[in-house]
Amino acid sequence: MQRLTDEPIDFAALTDSVRSTDSGAVVLFLGTVREMTHGRRTTALDYEAFGPMAESKLAEIETEACRRWPLDRVAIVHRVGRLELGEISVAVAVSSPHRAQAFEAARYLIDTIKESVPIWKKENWHDGTSEWVHPGLESPALESPVLKTTGLESKRGPTS
Amino acid sequence: MKLDVRLFARARDAAGAERVTVELPEGASVADLRAALAAQSANLGALVPCLLFAVGTDYADDRVQLSPEADVACFPPVSGG
Repeated sequence: MQRLTDEPIDFAALTDSVRSTDSGAVVLFLGTVREMTHGRRTTALDYEAFGPMAESKLAEIETEACRRWPLDRVAIVHRVGRLELGEISVAVAVSSPHRAQAFEAARYLIDTIKESVPIWKKENWHDGTSEWVHPGLESPALESPVLKTTGLESKRGPTS
Repeated sequence: MKLDVRLFARARDAAGAERVTVELPEGASVADLRAALAAQSANLGALVPCLLFAVGTDYADDRVQLSPEADVACFPPVSGG
């Protein structure tokens, strides 16, 4: 099971949803909004997703985890929208007969989600600035006034 | 052919639009689209080498050939979690 939501994540219900009498182990991972990053203070994060592709990729990742480990159940929920400090941005719950597989699968799932699912976070810093987090890209000086045009088409031309 | 490309996150903010229309020759690839975006938008230009592309709900690398009906999205590296 995997989905996106703009509501707070009920991690207790999510954890319960993967429990079964076939399982001897349940692992839950929660990603939560951290206040301090490299000495800078965050006030909130905004999460945005390319919804259809994000849900499709989450399903693929879940299928791959179930191929690699003998899992009983998997549940993944990722939040979108504005999140305040301490709120849960992502929850991954995994059950399996034995703990090693559940730990390994949960680690694989969250690592792969962070690498490949089209979801982005924007830091809203305490100093009033904000910036998208894009690993491998420098922070721009460009959280600047956005050009309100009808799109790039308007700038196309022989001199561009 | 004219392609309508959806933008996300910093790419959308940089372009100032959720979608851009790009004119490409028939049979163009994702690499051609990347070059066209760089030529078309100075604001997007700096991001272009790092942009990822998707057709439908799958990632598309630079070799993928695009059709006029392709549902194309374009975005910088992901940061969920």
